[in-house]
Amino acid sequence: MKKQGLVEFRWHGRGGQGAKTACLLLADAAFAAGKFVQGFPEYGPERMGAPITAYNRISDTRCSVHCNIDAPDYVVVVDETLLDSVDVTHGLQAGGAVIVNTEKSPDQIREKLRGWQGRVCTIDARKISEETLGRYFPNTPMLSAAVKVSGVLEEQQFMGDMEESFHHKFASKPQVVSGNMAALKKAWEEVQAG
Amino acid sequence: MNYNDRLSGNEAIAFAMKQIDPDVMAAFPITPSTEIPQYFAQYVANGEVNTEFVPVESEHSSMSACIGAEAAGARSVTATSSCGLALMYEMMYVAASSRLPITLACVNRALSGPININNDHSDSMGIRDAGWIQIYAENNQEAYDNFLQAMPIGEHPDVRLPVMICQDGFITSHALENITLLDTESVKKFVGEYQPENYLLKKENPLAIGPYDLGCHYMEHKVQQAEAMKGAKKRILEVAAEFEQLTGRRYGLFEEYQMEDAEVALVLIGSSAGTAKAAVNALREQGVKAGLIKIRVFRPFPAEELAQALANVKALAIMDKAESFSAHGGPLFSEVRAALYDLEPRPRTVGYVYGLGGRDVTPEHFEGIYRRLLDIAAGGDLGPTYTHMGQRG
Repeated sequence: MKKQGLVEFRWHGRGGQGAKTACLLLADAAFAAGKFVQGFPEYGPERMGAPITAYNRISDTRCSVHCNIDAPDYVVVVDETLLDSVDVTHGLQAGGAVIVNTEKSPDQIREKLRGWQGRVCTIDARKISEETLGRYFPNTPMLSAAVKVSGVLEEQQFMGDMEESFHHKFASKPQVVSGNMAALKKAWEEVQAG
Repeated sequence: MNYNDRLSGNEAIAFAMKQIDPDVMAAFPITPSTEIPQYFAQYVANGEVNTEFVPVESEHSSMSACIGAEAAGARSVTATSSCGLALMYEMMYVAASSRLPITLACVNRALSGPININNDHSDSMGIRDAGWIQIYAENNQEAYDNFLQAMPIGEHPDVRLPVMICQDGFITSHALENITLLDTESVKKFVGEYQPENYLLKKENPLAIGPYDLGCHYMEHKVQQAEAMKGAKKRILEVAAEFEQLTGRRYGLFEEYQMEDAEVALVLIGSSAGTAKAAVNALREQGVKAGLIKIRVFRPFPAEELAQALANVKALAIMDKAESFSAHGGPLFSEVRAALYDLEPRPRTVGYVYGLGGRDVTPEHFEGIYRRLLDIAAGGDLGPTYTHMGQRG
């Protein structure tokens, strides 16, 4: 009973990696593009390194549904090691895609996806983050990969809105803005579809 | 004067508080309402509000501080959840019976035990008889709008009762969503100043608040309090009408969704009503006359109005997000069913307890309930009237 024009994302990460932040940033970017958004994590006791899930709904009219997303259009896996313990493609729609942070290729990752037949995309968010930000913050490249693969936002508008958002967020540390923008752009170019 | 933004439910409440700029906020942090005093403390530290922020050592003290401040003539607010609300229990009665229109942002969370931080309504339902007005929200927009209406309702001379503005913990408190906000000047004008007739610091008319009542007076005071609660309905609707003029957003004692010709319906509270609307939409597409009523105001309880709205429904499910261990059903079930008793004929009703401790609730769950109601409406067996939804085993 999914409503028309609704795009749903599910994020899998580990506590402390910024999956929740990436989810909220995606909601921010979609809001800036004039969409109706929901961005919410599934909460439990917060522990560094424990598996966490976060969700986005993006649509052209307000979405009144407030439950977890069991049948997402896109799944974003911020931590590759979760593939061993979490069935990340559970409920994923056949026409959708899973986007995994890894240095491996889509074909190598597919072997770990418990029979998932649909699209598999990979992005080496660690490399990009370390090159552009000097540290491991996978959420910015993962956000960019998720937006590109889903096509939910148009590139120029997304990059422009994110730059504005970073300027606001890092008002006291403007040097961080260029690194984050570089991470977004690099991820946009390097995400691999299999 | 209306503008669009995106805020979580907690951000929306903190922002409403900032726009109102109350005299006093006393609060002790507890998940999932912690962000409200946290954001508000930032406004205080940045000099964006003139509020006296009282960081207390417990919720018993935060409510006590609000009582003292409100009695002195200062507009006071607080926020809490779950065990924090439970720890206020004694003082909640003092606030209401002293007729102090404090505003409390309740971010609903399950009560222990086992300890659980997620949403249900057991905290505010447990304190439903303390004499507070209770208003519930489906989403961040309603939480914001309800908070702006709380003071014009509670502080009115015909009411003078404290108000709880409730929203679902995490489900709306921590979900970022679109919201339409009012500019601060319009908020200040709408909410107005707190101008009590009498207060402790009014030197022309010294008074005592909350003294001992002998049996020869206690009952008279309780009847006055009960009358104020009855009268609050009228004021709630007046304020809603003024709010609609300002924002275009319409509120009542409850929301009727697709009820005009509904034969099967749900009555429920909070964010799950939005989820159930998706089930109603899907069923309507199949030609099923499904509808729902979302309770906005639980105290005062809109019994006569509900009876009128539900008079033509054939089968009805009443959904409680709280277990009352009555062995007969939850509090909403008992009250809605009692409200329908004088109808002739009356809808056939079943009750469900659902969503406890954050148990996820989907449109498919509600669709299943509507299917059962269709069977009952067609003359099928009523079956058990007190069951649980969504649990294993």
